[in-house]
Amino acid sequence: MALIELFLAFLIIGAFTFGGGYAMIAMIQSEAERHGWLTQEELVDFVALSESTPGPLAVNMATFVGIRTGGILGAIIATLGIVLPSFIIILIIAKCFEKYKKSKAVGGIMSGLKPAVVGMIGAAFISVARTVFFPSGIRLSAFSSASFWLFLGLFAVTTVLAFKKVHPIKIILLSAVIGIGAGYRLNL
Amino acid sequence: MNKNLDLFLTFMKIGAFTFGGGYAMIPLIQKEVCENKKWLNEKDITDIVAISESTPGPIAINAATFVGYKTSGFLGACLATLGVVLPSFLIISLISLILTRFQSIRAVKYAFMGIRAAVLALILKALWMMFRSVQKKKKTISYVIMGLSLILTAFLRIDAVFVIIGCGLFGLIWSFLNRKEQNNGTD
Repeated sequence: MALIELFLAFLIIGAFTFGGGYAMIAMIQSEAERHGWLTQEELVDFVALSESTPGPLAVNMATFVGIRTGGILGAIIATLGIVLPSFIIILIIAKCFEKYKKSKAVGGIMSGLKPAVVGMIGAAFISVARTVFFPSGIRLSAFSSASFWLFLGLFAVTTVLAFKKVHPIKIILLSAVIGIGAGYRLNL
Repeated sequence: MNKNLDLFLTFMKIGAFTFGGGYAMIPLIQKEVCENKKWLNEKDITDIVAISESTPGPIAINAATFVGYKTSGFLGACLATLGVVLPSFLIISLISLILTRFQSIRAVKYAFMGIRAAVLALILKALWMMFRSVQKKKKTISYVIMGLSLILTAFLRIDAVFVIIGCGLFGLIWSFLNRKEQNNGTD
């Protein structure tokens, strides 16, 4: 039963994600919360690991969540779920591609979807920011903790690096090293 | 070499050597599929990008299925898709096993605390890139949809699937109404 739920959840995620891996975070979050699969921290860690390993972000995340909740079989089923909608839809469209491309209905739907995806990545940003800066809830006392300022500084530095087009893997490695150093130093 | 086997191996190579998801994969697909194997031409690649953007699901899967189908039919589509997924699947399964074993180590915990801040930065970058691509069209309605979908998902905790369906429908109806208005204007 749990495996069927896993399959259906990723089938839905695969069928409704537009605009690549980051847009999927909000989608996975909704599903993971409902089924109690992952904590917010684990989800963020999976995003980091998916970025540092080759292959599509979506497939990486599906495999991760699948293996966590249902072992190897879970991983196969979640990956199959995320791949299947794309696969079927492309097979259908490949035959009538020219028509699809020029379709005004598709153009109209996309004009609504693209900004929606931006909003959803914004939502993912807010919820990840909450986990990073306020792990024990938004309280005034959070501002007086050393870790809050450490993470804010680290976020500022990595943002500059990301916009300077430094490779994500390098950014992730650097922040891991700083995290280890600061963690021991501050005894977090 | 058998074309189907060749498709499988080529897409396995593409899956194993691209980091950072779908868009990073397009140049590699172009090099392998157009220049090396000559299965498709440059125009097909532009089509693949367009089609991947306007269909749901991971861009990498969309592209692999499309190239596989164009090159060698249904079996080609299956093998190209399997090829692009397999490296990810194997690598993640392996990492996941290792991670469970080392998760309780303090250094690993600290490393992930640092990494979370970096992920936030990467999300911000993705957000900015997507925002810019929508901004180019300069339509007020786009900003309204953006704000609405942000509030609905982040604060009202509406399921992301419903937000996507709602915004898609809204876009469809909006463009339909606008076209009517334009037609009336010219009459």
